Amino acid sequence: MSEIDFTKEMKKEYTILAPDIFPTHMELLSELFRMYGYNLKVLKYEGKKVIDTGLKYLHNDMCYPAICSIGQQLYALTCGDFDPHKCALIQFQTGGGCRASNYIWLLRKALKNMDMEYVPVISLSFAGLEKYSGFKITLPMVYKAAMALVYGDMLLLLKNQTAPYEVNKGDTRKVVDKWIKELTDQFRHNKGLRVKALKKNLSAIAQDFHNIEREKRDKIKVGIVGEIYVKYSSFGNNGLEKFLDTQDCEYMLPGVLGFFQYCFSNMETDYNYYGGSKFVRSAGKFAEGIASKVEKYMAEALEPFDFVVPSSFEDKKKAVGKVIDRGVKMGEGWLLPAEIIELIEHGYNNIICAQPFGCLPNHIVGKGVIRRLRELYPDANIFPIDYDAGASKVNQENRIKLMLSVAREEVEHR
Amino acid sequence: MKKIGLDVGSTTLKCVILDENDKIVFSTYKRHFSKISQMTGELLSEIAEKFSDEKMQIVVSGSAGMGMANDMGLPFVQEVYATRNAVRRLSPQSDVVIELGGEDAKILFITGGLEVRMNGTCAGGTGAFIDRMASLLSVDTPALNELAKNREKIYTIASRCGVFAKSDVQPLINQGARKEDIAASIFYAVVNQTIAGLAQGREIKGNILYLGGPLTFLSELRLAFDDVLKTHGACPENSLYFVAYGAAVSDKSDPYDLKELSEKIGNYSSSAGYNSCEPLFTSEEEYEAFIKRHKSASEGIKNIDAPADNMYLGIDAGSTTVKILMCDDDGNIFRPLYCRNDGKPVEIVRDYLEKLYRDYPEIKIRQSAVTGYGEDIIRSAFHIDHGIVETIAHYTAAKKFKPDVDFILDIGGQDIKCFKIRGGAIDNIFLNEACSSGCGSFLQTFAAALGYSIEDFANLGLYADRPVDLGSRCTVFMNSSVKQAQKDGATVENISAGLSISVVKNALYKVIRCASAEELGKNIVVQGGTFLNNAVLRSFEQEIGHDVIRPEYSAVMGAYGAALFAKSKCKECMMSNIISKEELKRFSYNVKAITCKGCTNRCRLTINTFSDGERYIAGNRCDKPIDSTKVKERFNLYAYKNRLLESYADVKPDKSKKTIGLPMGLNMYELLPFWATFFRELGFNVKTSPVSNRKIYLEGQHTIPSDTVCYPAKLLHGHIEELLSMNVDAIFYPGMSYNFDEGKGDNHFNCPVVAYYPQVIEANVKALEGTKYICDFIGVHDKKEFEKHIAPILSKHLGDFSKAQIHKASESAYSEYASYMENVRKKGEEFLELAKRKGLPVIVLCGRPYHLDPEINHGIDELICNLGAVVLTEDSVSHKVKPFRASVRNQWTYHARLYAAAKYVAEYPRDLSINLIQLVSFGCGVDAVTTDEVRSIIEEKGKIYTQIKIDEISNMGAVKIRLRSLFAAAVDRT
Repeated sequence: MSEIDFTKEMKKEYTILAPDIFPTHMELLSELFRMYGYNLKVLKYEGKKVIDTGLKYLHNDMCYPAICSIGQQLYALTCGDFDPHKCALIQFQTGGGCRASNYIWLLRKALKNMDMEYVPVISLSFAGLEKYSGFKITLPMVYKAAMALVYGDMLLLLKNQTAPYEVNKGDTRKVVDKWIKELTDQFRHNKGLRVKALKKNLSAIAQDFHNIEREKRDKIKVGIVGEIYVKYSSFGNNGLEKFLDTQDCEYMLPGVLGFFQYCFSNMETDYNYYGGSKFVRSAGKFAEGIASKVEKYMAEALEPFDFVVPSSFEDKKKAVGKVIDRGVKMGEGWLLPAEIIELIEHGYNNIICAQPFGCLPNHIVGKGVIRRLRELYPDANIFPIDYDAGASKVNQENRIKLMLSVAREEVEHR
Repeated sequence: MKKIGLDVGSTTLKCVILDENDKIVFSTYKRHFSKISQMTGELLSEIAEKFSDEKMQIVVSGSAGMGMANDMGLPFVQEVYATRNAVRRLSPQSDVVIELGGEDAKILFITGGLEVRMNGTCAGGTGAFIDRMASLLSVDTPALNELAKNREKIYTIASRCGVFAKSDVQPLINQGARKEDIAASIFYAVVNQTIAGLAQGREIKGNILYLGGPLTFLSELRLAFDDVLKTHGACPENSLYFVAYGAAVSDKSDPYDLKELSEKIGNYSSSAGYNSCEPLFTSEEEYEAFIKRHKSASEGIKNIDAPADNMYLGIDAGSTTVKILMCDDDGNIFRPLYCRNDGKPVEIVRDYLEKLYRDYPEIKIRQSAVTGYGEDIIRSAFHIDHGIVETIAHYTAAKKFKPDVDFILDIGGQDIKCFKIRGGAIDNIFLNEACSSGCGSFLQTFAAALGYSIEDFANLGLYADRPVDLGSRCTVFMNSSVKQAQKDGATVENISAGLSISVVKNALYKVIRCASAEELGKNIVVQGGTFLNNAVLRSFEQEIGHDVIRPEYSAVMGAYGAALFAKSKCKECMMSNIISKEELKRFSYNVKAITCKGCTNRCRLTINTFSDGERYIAGNRCDKPIDSTKVKERFNLYAYKNRLLESYADVKPDKSKKTIGLPMGLNMYELLPFWATFFRELGFNVKTSPVSNRKIYLEGQHTIPSDTVCYPAKLLHGHIEELLSMNVDAIFYPGMSYNFDEGKGDNHFNCPVVAYYPQVIEANVKALEGTKYICDFIGVHDKKEFEKHIAPILSKHLGDFSKAQIHKASESAYSEYASYMENVRKKGEEFLELAKRKGLPVIVLCGRPYHLDPEINHGIDELICNLGAVVLTEDSVSHKVKPFRASVRNQWTYHARLYAAAKYVAEYPRDLSINLIQLVSFGCGVDAVTTDEVRSIIEEKGKIYTQIKIDEISNMGAVKIRLRSLFAAAVDRT
């Protein structure tokens, strides 16, 4: 199949449509793209019509995140809101052994079936799988993207720790909204993405959340891990966070940056296990280094306050060894159990492992490791929840309710 | 104050009332037919009357109770949690609770760390499943229980979801297996499902408590659990009411005036909306016009009421129904019969013939033909002249109504068949895979569950104003969607219409997988019993956006096609061999079940013996039990490869050396020559786990953590158990992100499951503790790197070896692997030449290396050989194709071979009949990518793509139909 190039002219005129993968982060990222002259639009379409579009053009046994995210893009092209001749589509690619590395290809196949082959598809990847004349990720852009992700992670982390306890309902939301506006404003003026500004902003964010008036009582603590799309995307997980908001508990999602650190670190592991290109290893190490630095700024900003500080990536790497080998690098790979361990050790004993039905890596790193984790943490309350176009919300919520009942009892026993 | 515990399950309503001392003073249990709020309201007003309007507390639980409780502001207790609390009070000595409900199955581990397991999104093995199986046998569940008491043997029935099991049960019925045995087998399937799906590696032992409807009412089900778990579980008093009781004791509520509450609930309908589709008909005129149009399609064919001079008999012995009719020289129809087979197709045909001979002693049957699942048995029993493949029968019939038909869709009781016609030949065949048979019986089940007959139920939907949009999914999922829709206030009318629409969507988007309606064709004929249902027919036309032809005899088209086929085979003066009136009088038959001892497969056979001495054997995988003298020459590369691999295992061990055990599955299968040679060179004995069989699977079943992983992966647990019992010094099963780089694609990965299953084994097989288990990561794609990286692994586990030793062993391993592959290729070349010379058809049976395993492929390779074809493997031809650009990311070593093999087959010159069949393991996510790609490569060159899905159990009857259709279509092509 011949790929359509994304040309310099297109850069000026085209809207790049992106699926809504990480709700909070995407707004910041799209602003970053705008800084570099790309008109990136994060798609917010939800509901059955989107799923149906996905099911129509993809193999129905394809993973649910593909159905959702590709469904959003194809729906955007067909619903009349956009001129398909002035749009390009973008998907993230990790290029690993999981079938998710096929998204770009499936998207192109679908476009072909829709007679829209002319729509350019951009693959956003670290490995530089494809090249375009009008789209290029530069090193400074990567660096800035890492910062944008950290902002997103920071907001997510703190929002989840204050919202359940806020005395005046809506305070947390206000702070989040304020900072998204503030940060996008800063980005627009080419600010906020230098180390100094980053540090300053992070501290100010932490201070703002700290200032929110909160009740002093313990709630049930829930950790959410899983496949990267259904973990973060409320479209993918049937509004999991919204449901938990009504259940009188506190929940935590590990940050997005960790996933990128994981991808980078696998380059080194690969070299250690199988040999190969020293350059790739060095590139991975370099990128991992940048990410770790940014991660450190976040920890420093949190230091003065009583918030839970995420474990460093280095610590996650060390801790996971007792559960699974770091050679497991497809999909979320070893990162998933590493995040479970991190959450449990931070007191989030009740774990929802959100996974697409039939997700291949999750057979290994989700359901496959639960037994081992329970041996290590007998009190852990781990629940895999499957998400799928056909899975009903009632069943999912019912399972989560069970988890919460057990958790509540544990709390009472203590 | 008294307290009500209300358990709203998926199919039933259970209620207890506790007094101040938590003693049960009242209990009731009834089916709610999904009229949850209405029934609850009635129940509460009964209670109010009975307890003279006393105020009471009320706590709700149950899977269907959450929405109502939320909207009514009543406290809700999660049902498993309720069960657990009830157990603590009522039966505190219990260790494990097994609770089966209408649609859910649960295991609670009470002692030794509380753990609760519920069935996930894909699971059957519940009350609804048992109901459905019982209705297949035309009995109710108590009768099923009675039947099971007189069992003689147990058949293997897939224990995953109801739809799967159904496709196992149906052939058993059709083959004449005893109902008693089938009944018992159904219970054992439920047991296996519960254990495999829920226990997930945790042992069920100690005091076991059985709860819930099915376990309360079905003594044989309890015995089946006892038998498999080797224990004796208890079914306590009030076993139906544990959830209700547990709810009542787990929470409290305000006191309620029950009369008031009853009214409030009775009038309540959920405020939440649901997604809806277009109504089917908006006016009666529209409906009338629709009916008239369809009537006119069949005008040329009359239903005659007396036989003509020459008559032709056609029989379609389908999976759930039998269709019989006769036609005359003009194709007019005489005496059509459509009835459920009730597991007795032979009796039905006998009765039909008896009555026919009685009413028309002089009738002249010139020729006869039979098609369908029951083809073989009917043919043997009544000496029918011809047997034809279902697909051909349907095409023959459809042509009669629409000579230029280009697409036929047949939705029957249990299966969806559709085929495209191109150039007068069947071009492409789709049969529904076992997981999406949302067909006729699916509608029937829902109708029954809601308390309607199928006709009444379907007609309800005709004028529904807002049909529920239920999407396209399999039955098990559909249950929950319907539940949700009811919760959201959908009326029965709208649900009925919604179900009809979803049947159509299933067919279009799950089975045919069409992207747009245009690609189906212009001249579409729809048929099969399900299309007699006007709601289904209408939704089909709406979905594809234009009119189609439904013959008036839609339900008997298979039989009609058979009759027309018989007519076409009739030459002058020919008379049918069909059983005569006199012979029929003496007709009788008996059925015996035995285990074939012809080979290690140990097939369970049912032998039907007819009064004239004719025998019909079913359940066999090969021809041995049928005719052991008939040893046909076979050209089967699967068998050849298996023999080659066996030679690596078959080496006498040296007692002085240590032994390495290799599990035969996933990434080890093809690499056996490599690893066996490598370790032998280093001075070890090498043992492999034995050839797979069902027993090996069952041995490892209890440690499988994910019930949706593919069967090859599940089977690996059994191989590890085998190795543990074989006295090896170490088990070697390395993690491998990569495989050999054959230069075919963009990368050379293994799929995630093949790559990392060694880690799953380590984390889940407790018995491995105490045995050296080597699951380090290694790559074989670069010899130098391999030698460098294997050294530390060896010294970590097996001792130090010199660089030279390792180098030598590695050289041998690499060259042995190469020569093994070369061997396969050579043999493939030889078979290909031979096929050309002898004019035999060739099938390239594509899969992964581990699909060689007979327990995984269920002997499909043999079946193809039986049909007279030469069987090649994907790796015997894939090297002949130059690397090319696939339209997907071509990054897996094993899958790259599939694309190459497809290219090879697609581009092969037309001087040889060569076709491709792809084996796909159920649950293989990677194949969601590969199947579409292989299909498009094959179809681009106008060849036929065939895919066979395999799982724990495979319905060989269906596979056979596919294969025969393929051969018939391929012959038509050439």
